[in-house]
Amino acid sequence: MTALGTATRAGTVPRARTSTEPAPGRPGGPPGVRPGPRPDDRPAGRRLGLGRPVPAAGLVGVAVLVGVWVAGSASGLIDQRVLSAPWTVVTTAGDLIAQGDLQENLGVSLTRAALGLAWGVAAGVVLALASGLSRVGDALLDGPIQVKRAIPNLALLPLLILWFGIGEPMKVITIALGVFIPIYLHTHNGLRSIDSRYVELAETVRLSRPQFVRRVVLPGALPGFLLGLRFAVTGSLLSLVVVEQVNATAGIGYMMELARTYGQTEVIIVGLVVYGVLGFSADAAVRLLQRRALAWRRTLED
Amino acid sequence: MATHAGGLTAVVEVPADAPAVAVRGLVRAYGEDRVLDDLDLELGAGEFVAILGRSGSGKSTLLRALAGLDHGVAGTGEVRVPDQVSVVFQDSRLLPWARVLDNVVLGLGGARRAARDAGRAALAEVGLAGRELAWPNELSGGEQQRVSLARSLVRSPQLLLADEPFGALDALTRIRMHTLLRDLYARHRPAVLLVTHDVDEAIVLADRVVVLDRGRIAVERRIDLGGARDAADPRFAAIRTELLDALGVDRKDVTA
Repeated sequence: MTALGTATRAGTVPRARTSTEPAPGRPGGPPGVRPGPRPDDRPAGRRLGLGRPVPAAGLVGVAVLVGVWVAGSASGLIDQRVLSAPWTVVTTAGDLIAQGDLQENLGVSLTRAALGLAWGVAAGVVLALASGLSRVGDALLDGPIQVKRAIPNLALLPLLILWFGIGEPMKVITIALGVFIPIYLHTHNGLRSIDSRYVELAETVRLSRPQFVRRVVLPGALPGFLLGLRFAVTGSLLSLVVVEQVNATAGIGYMMELARTYGQTEVIIVGLVVYGVLGFSADAAVRLLQRRALAWRRTLED
Repeated sequence: MATHAGGLTAVVEVPADAPAVAVRGLVRAYGEDRVLDDLDLELGAGEFVAILGRSGSGKSTLLRALAGLDHGVAGTGEVRVPDQVSVVFQDSRLLPWARVLDNVVLGLGGARRAARDAGRAALAEVGLAGRELAWPNELSGGEQQRVSLARSLVRSPQLLLADEPFGALDALTRIRMHTLLRDLYARHRPAVLLVTHDVDEAIVLADRVVVLDRGRIAVERRIDLGGARDAADPRFAAIRTELLDALGVDRKDVTA
């Protein structure tokens, strides 16, 4: 406090604050006691931080967007033929559900995505283990997979249609091909980046190779695998959208294509909302799985 | 007895009353640089030996040779160690994804239930009863190192190799760990090779202190201070001075 007084007299501190001034918000506090933590209701934020957290931050932007949509449609600023009004979309969704169309198409789409995801994840994990755990496997597999990775999945579509026709197998295979790449990459990376100190430990406690894989390698690669799964789930829906617009006879994408030919904007928007909800809930499900499976990891996220 | 280390190491028949550890003519080199230079060392069964040395003196290389962890390091010589060897590293080296008890019984053979009971007993011995299901991340540094000690002990080692096991702990925790290690040693009596750079730690814990310098044994000193060792004891201080001299530490540096 004396130092502060000296500084004030020297004129280096522009706002004079004498040592007899009570600590802010603490009148009657013993003089000379340094002010403790600020007694405000809210904790003092980091001075260089981003400011106070916004309540329900994730929903604010969406709510504003929907608000603009509602206002634009109600005032007639948005042409109904370009973008249907929100209430039209809601009633259309109600009709589609009442007729059973939405459930049926959604069921077909979900089955496709789930099958493609299952095959893709299985293939990705098996290939990652084969190339991550043996030098021969690495030499044989990693190169071709990196080549495949460089080719956009959808560029393979013409070839896949020639090979597998336009039926369900082609659709599931296309989705699986898109899914296995992120699973492979991230699982492989997880396997390879296991700390060598743990390998040393495994040697000193004399783990057998199967024990080593089960106790050290697989749990060590799990964070990588789960990260890959998040990409894979998003990727499976992306591929789903594309294959459903190629000669499909059922599915959300087919429903939207049909609506396009009849100029039913509201049905297209229902389809988009369904895709959006699907993507969001699938990602949320994987994130929940991540939190459960990686309970041992205390990261910044938690 | 198991013989290992280095492709050039000879396999030798072992007599019945052999020492726990026998190292003869051990050479380990990284390139041209001989880290261990024709080193001979023996540890009796149940003997506690501390290895002191400056960094680069070869003490960790020696420990890794005994642990069989020096694959790919060029060298010759003969190393004999018992069948049951446990290693305590400077970091506790617990698998972060396995709960404390699973870490302790990692790789332990035999029936699962028996292994887990032994693991629980070992945890109780290091003062961590009740923490069996904690994640390693939830423990303090000292507690993690206790788990690592429990993991070593549960294997009933004939030889315990410890590479600066308390180097990363704060001074108070380190003193508590010394007491714990002495208790555990008194109860289980493995041969112990402790690598450390802490002269007091070596004197407090060991029966014999070996000072390594440039890959050879510079000084060997038996510590004959009995059970309770007090740093204020003049004999303790004399040994400390002797060892610090051997390490090339000037007396002025110590008193300053």
